[in-house]
Amino acid sequence: MNKLSASPVSSFDSLELLFDQIDPSGDISLPTDIKMDRRSFLKVSGVLGAGFILAFSLAGKSNASASTGRLELNTYIRISPEGSIFIFSKNPEVGQGIKTSMPMIIAEELDAEWNDVIVEQSPINEKLFGRQNAGGSRSIASNWDTLRKAGAAARHMLIEAAANEWRVPAVECTTAKSHVLHVRTNQKISYGNLANQAATLVVPSESMLKLKDSRDYKILGKRITGVDNYALVTGQPLFGIDKVLPGMLYAVYEKCPAVGGTVASANLDEIRKLSGVKHVFILEGNGNVMELKPGVAIVATSTWAALQAKRQLKVVWDERRASKDSWISLVKQALVKNKRPAEKILHEKGNVDAAMQGAAKSLDALYSFHFAAHATLEPQNCTAWYQKGAVEVWTPTQSPGRGLTSVANILGIREDKVTIHQERAGGGFGRRLVNDPACEAVAISKHINAPVKLQWTREDDMAHDFYRTGGFHSFKGGVEPDGKISFLEDHLITFSHNGEKPVIAGVPRQPSRVFPAQLIKNFRLSQSLLPLKTTCGLMRAPESNTTAWAVQSFLHELATAAGTDHLEFLLELVGKPEWLSPKNQYGLHTGRAAKVLRLAAEKAGWAKQRPAGRGLGLAFHFSHAGYFAEVADVSVSASKRVTVHSVTVAADIGPVINLSGAENQCQGSVIDGLSTMLGLEITMEDGRIQQSNFDTYPLLRMSQAPSVDVHFIQSDNPPTGAGEPALPPLAPAVCNAIYAASGYRVRTLPITKEGFST
Amino acid sequence: MGIIKANKRDIFERVIMTNHHLNINGKPHVVEDVEDSTPLLWILRDTLGLLGTKYGCGIGSCGACTVHIDGIPIRSCALPVSAVDGKEIRTIEGLASRDGALHALQQAWVVSDVAQCGYCQAGQLMSAAALLDGNPNPSDSDIDEAMQGNYCRCGTYNRIKSAIHLAADSLSGQVGKS
Repeated sequence: MNKLSASPVSSFDSLELLFDQIDPSGDISLPTDIKMDRRSFLKVSGVLGAGFILAFSLAGKSNASASTGRLELNTYIRISPEGSIFIFSKNPEVGQGIKTSMPMIIAEELDAEWNDVIVEQSPINEKLFGRQNAGGSRSIASNWDTLRKAGAAARHMLIEAAANEWRVPAVECTTAKSHVLHVRTNQKISYGNLANQAATLVVPSESMLKLKDSRDYKILGKRITGVDNYALVTGQPLFGIDKVLPGMLYAVYEKCPAVGGTVASANLDEIRKLSGVKHVFILEGNGNVMELKPGVAIVATSTWAALQAKRQLKVVWDERRASKDSWISLVKQALVKNKRPAEKILHEKGNVDAAMQGAAKSLDALYSFHFAAHATLEPQNCTAWYQKGAVEVWTPTQSPGRGLTSVANILGIREDKVTIHQERAGGGFGRRLVNDPACEAVAISKHINAPVKLQWTREDDMAHDFYRTGGFHSFKGGVEPDGKISFLEDHLITFSHNGEKPVIAGVPRQPSRVFPAQLIKNFRLSQSLLPLKTTCGLMRAPESNTTAWAVQSFLHELATAAGTDHLEFLLELVGKPEWLSPKNQYGLHTGRAAKVLRLAAEKAGWAKQRPAGRGLGLAFHFSHAGYFAEVADVSVSASKRVTVHSVTVAADIGPVINLSGAENQCQGSVIDGLSTMLGLEITMEDGRIQQSNFDTYPLLRMSQAPSVDVHFIQSDNPPTGAGEPALPPLAPAVCNAIYAASGYRVRTLPITKEGFST
Repeated sequence: MGIIKANKRDIFERVIMTNHHLNINGKPHVVEDVEDSTPLLWILRDTLGLLGTKYGCGIGSCGACTVHIDGIPIRSCALPVSAVDGKEIRTIEGLASRDGALHALQQAWVVSDVAQCGYCQAGQLMSAAALLDGNPNPSDSDIDEAMQGNYCRCGTYNRIKSAIHLAADSLSGQVGKS
């Protein structure tokens, strides 16, 4: 019972661990699947009557297919004699397009005709596939080499099979469109016809693999449409919520609206009598708010019966240990903290205090930002079937591997008794990195010994999120007479669950690398903490999504104070091209930064004068190894009505894998960022989240959406992800444009807090 | 016509259980013994297995559950099944022709690669289809107005708009040819 009485926030270390895994900026050793281990090898197994299976796995973990008898388990590629090329996509699809882009990489090196490719979602088996996760915009960066080699190895073997067949040297053979060709003898044979022979061949060593020159790419870098598009537009079941099992029942789960509350009593007998209700019972929870909170489960014969019964449910909560958080009170406390010295210095260089005394011009400003919810359009749900000590779970999750561990923990069974099926997710944005719905579903299924679909209502979803934290940046900054920054201090007032450690994504993970710390002489980042019980989590471009707003807005304030054009100010700041620490992909390259700044300005017509009441705003941010500069074109009326006409995005994420998908991600990030900054806010009082549905948390609608123009610099750097890094520069670009249009400096988000409307 | 029985929940709070005759995508369905107040959404999803229509908010705010009732786009999550007895109901599963040929909007959605997560897109398509039925050549502001009830959490509004224009062009081209 100790576990049950544990603080509701004691379990957040595991979310921090996840952040470690997904945040590329952290000083962490990379997971094994990022680098091709020297001992890696290719393994091949013939499949009776089913063609050719190629597995690409790490040494010591190669027996999965043989031992399970499920031959698909360790494959990326399967080619049927009929010519269909089946490619496994190993990572969760949450709308980031990975189910299309990962197989594109394999198909390119395989030299497959894209139309021959059928993509299937792989099983969850991290021994075989490495990390299977959707987070940190890392799927492309960390799997690029592995997937290319998987494709190239299969191609190598198909060529060898053809050469054997034709009795010609393999080096004379070429490939094109899922065929091997021998030009001299004018022969051609399809991959399908070679599949069985290829399966009998020895696997090439890595050194024998020849990867394509990017100039020869036929699939990569093109506009490839999503592999599920047809199914999506015809309404076929694809999502977690669409899972149906024979004899399945429908569950809802009521939890205390203030986190940390437990069930004292409930009108279970009344609920049990209601139409369609089969079971109603209390679950105690396991003390880990990221797994199973205490609550009341109602299981019925239909979703509607369960929802109706939930409305009749009356629970008396024991809130002695529950959250009493009040946003109004927290804001007041933050203003008090702002007047006091910071509690802890996170990073300091140069002599900020001396520079402060000597600065020609200095400014100070307090920037405040709000809590926010993920609000995935598909509310949380999970389908589970526990029977005879084992469980199958169908879940729209971003972290199926961690889900597997959590589910095993909840049920007290071994991980090999858990099967996770990854279902397409109706949006993720970081919410589905936590597997609490799966934990609830398996606990309910075990209790009733039947297959069950757990459905959260929108209200459940908004009340029990892991929120993007709010916070406060208290800046002091100065400029020298020549317009250069003389010093910058950021006192970050954020929250803590335990009084010592900031909430997740509350402070930068690499304080020394916060922009522009590495580029100026005198810099200090410090923190103060306020107590919080509200659950916090990771939301699209965690921490970057708020820090970029505050920093890039304040830099504009400094540029304005210096009387320097903002673009010139930022270009001067980034200076000459060089890699900053750690001098690799995840460190800032100032030359790449300057290029996206120049490109965004050029495409947006930066130099062109705007009429009164209209202005352009610029911002830059580097995160997830991606360089993004954005320019917003905004009008502000006399009554403070804001219209965002267009947003120009300039991006360098290395060579683009899928031009259509990457552009869509950038456009979506801009709209997402705009939606959150314009008018979305999560507040809490007496520990309860005050917003409950889209009437109180209104997302951006089409008429408010600007046109978003995206321009890529396809630099010769390793490719990296597009799902997140376009979001952080949006809010400061818009706020800087509001200043340009109206002379009003926005220092509070959402902007409705400062009297703006849209 | 139906069976009216007192609910065991509360003798005074009568729940009307009725058989409903639904015409969905041109096919008749008899749904037996369901509460009159049950939203059409859950009849489609749980009773009939038509899973393309999505649950998003339950208050008619997000548009993920949009279907056509006699040609008009309606949020099915807040629409009692008793209100649609005998009416023509069209869902995303009935947007393509009987022979499987995709609606011009569906084709435009596929080639324009509109979707990200895709969860809202069935509702978007149904709203767009109703728009084009009444206005074959909509302006940007016509589109904004018609699509105002449909959220896209992923932010694909730019592509939705251009795909509607593309479909409208394609349909007008077909008319011109015939």
